[in-house]
Amino acid sequence: MIPLLIYVAIFIAAFFIVTKVVQGAGIGDYTSLKTVTFGDESAVRPNRAAGIISILTIFLMWGVFTGSNLLPGFLHAPGPFEGTTTFTYTAEADGQTDDATVTVVVHPREVETEAPEVDPGDGFAKNDSAAIAQWRSGLIRVDRNDELGRDAGATVVAINGEAIAPGDTVAVEGGAVTLSDRGTPNFEPTKGWQMEPLYLPAPEAVWIRSIEVVSAGFRNFTLLEHLGYSLFRVIAGFLIGALVGIPLGYAMGLSDWFRGWFDPIVEFMRPVPPLALIPLVIIWAGIGEAGKIILLFLAALWIMAIAARSGVSGVKISKVHAAYSLGASKWQIMRHVIIPNSLPEIFTGARVAMGVCWGTVVAAELVAAEQGAGMMIMTASKFQNTDIVIMGIILIGVIGFGIDMLMRWAERLLVPWKGKG
Amino acid sequence: MTGLSIENLSMRFELPNGDHVQALQNVSLDLKAGELLSVLGPSGCGKTTLLNIVAGFLAPTSGKLVLNGHEIKGPDAERGMVFQQGALFEWMSVRENVGFGPSMKGTPKAEKNKTVNHLLDVVGLQDFKEKAVYELSGGMQQRVALARCLANDPDVILMDEPLGALDALTREKMQSLVLKLWKETGKTIILITHSVEEALLLGERLIVMAPRPGRIHKEYRLPFADLGVNADLREVKKHPDFGPRREEILNMIWDMEEEIMGGKEDAA
Repeated sequence: MIPLLIYVAIFIAAFFIVTKVVQGAGIGDYTSLKTVTFGDESAVRPNRAAGIISILTIFLMWGVFTGSNLLPGFLHAPGPFEGTTTFTYTAEADGQTDDATVTVVVHPREVETEAPEVDPGDGFAKNDSAAIAQWRSGLIRVDRNDELGRDAGATVVAINGEAIAPGDTVAVEGGAVTLSDRGTPNFEPTKGWQMEPLYLPAPEAVWIRSIEVVSAGFRNFTLLEHLGYSLFRVIAGFLIGALVGIPLGYAMGLSDWFRGWFDPIVEFMRPVPPLALIPLVIIWAGIGEAGKIILLFLAALWIMAIAARSGVSGVKISKVHAAYSLGASKWQIMRHVIIPNSLPEIFTGARVAMGVCWGTVVAAELVAAEQGAGMMIMTASKFQNTDIVIMGIILIGVIGFGIDMLMRWAERLLVPWKGKG
Repeated sequence: MTGLSIENLSMRFELPNGDHVQALQNVSLDLKAGELLSVLGPSGCGKTTLLNIVAGFLAPTSGKLVLNGHEIKGPDAERGMVFQQGALFEWMSVRENVGFGPSMKGTPKAEKNKTVNHLLDVVGLQDFKEKAVYELSGGMQQRVALARCLANDPDVILMDEPLGALDALTREKMQSLVLKLWKETGKTIILITHSVEEALLLGERLIVMAPRPGRIHKEYRLPFADLGVNADLREVKKHPDFGPRREEILNMIWDMEEEIMGGKEDAA
């Protein structure tokens, strides 16, 4: 809740600072009048400053709530308690009471720490010590070293002088003490507002781990090999899918027999999510490369066939007529009119297919694979290597985005006439 | 014999709901080589159907079409067509569009380039020949369409409202260009238009068609096209016969349109 509020605050503050102060009021064009932009995506252009601030904000929030070293300390959200704290407990036995001090060392999880030696003190209740890791809690059997222990009928009745009964909690310095049902104090250090590294490592931890995985590899394969395998599967599956799907789509667009024959198959298979095919493909082809490529082939096939089909049937009849009256033969019309006319649609289909294939390959690797981006994050999650999981997610996103950018670029270069007909 | 002869042409479309539309009924027409015929008529009178049959895109239900002594069967380069809009190939440059016909025929490159360059000069697009067609204005695109049609050196040019989508000023310029090209090349031209003025200005002959069933209602022979060849078209419009003719034809089409609307109301 607090991170969300901070995020909204940054959003609003940045909006006012950038649009009202920095970019200056008064440069009014009429874009502000376009309150309704349905169907016209281009009516509103993204604000570049907003984009940059948005990305920076994400990393800032990430750093703030993980206590990142990249940020100056005053920006950190309150962290978990670390250090030594003490509290006293009051034990009661046979009508007499005695106080003793418990010294607790709260240490980072990755630093092994022994409970400190303490002077036992006087009275029947002796002083205790314990070592508890951050974000964890621990029962402290304070009666173990007491002259009158739990078995002798001694009970803890107060913490720091405050009366306590089983189930109650008393706040102490650096944490809180809860009395368990059987009367043992349970110390829980203050967690602060930061995320535990197990759930969300700091950005630099992810970065350091990434470098480690790049050089040392993960599960017998380097990072590049993992990503390379995923990309190879996508490209191989997509290419075979396009190689089969495009001619199939053309045939469906040109011949009523093909259309009638394949329409039920294509229309049935199109709404089946490729992920639903994973189990069957694994049964048929195993978890090796063949299975993955068959799956991606199936993911790309229908999309490419439908794109090619609509590219062919979308040709304006006047263009075909014009070509006929200019003396073109059927084949020439195919080659010079129908194919170029369908290319923009095919490119759109290819972009969609590449996106679907990339998503599908990661999912397929999550299920079962020897290597690949999806396998990497799945295995890492089993060993609680959250840093590798996050690195994997970021890389999968970046590569997916890169593929789409590449396809757009190719589209602009190869079919500049898209949408101009 | 040269020229186009249309004999007893009928076209009947069967509709999916079992109805039918008699788009053309017993249309007969003789067109001498080099004549410019403009065709007027209310919507649904079968003008475009007639043109599509002459082009060979549609086979008539009955009747005969003979061009220069042979019967018309399917589309052919001897009958070029200029469409209203959107029939240019946007994946080709202006030069490639104009050279499309010769390329399809396998004309040698040098000869093709000569033809293309000449036609680009004629339509005034020499400076735009490497541009993509979608970078041109509507009027320029129609010039490309004209040049593309002429590059094939067809015997007959069929124009389906070629200037319909242009603004008034561009349209006037294009009308002059069409007249100029007609005189220079001596092509037979059939021009379909919705504009009575355009039909009067460009048509050496003019037919007004009537709907339901589509048929020729009235035919005129007009002097304006010859007058307009090397003159300002606005001057031609001042000719004493021009205004009355325009009123007469407008009234004729107006009456037909009213009849159609009335008929629709009866049906409803």
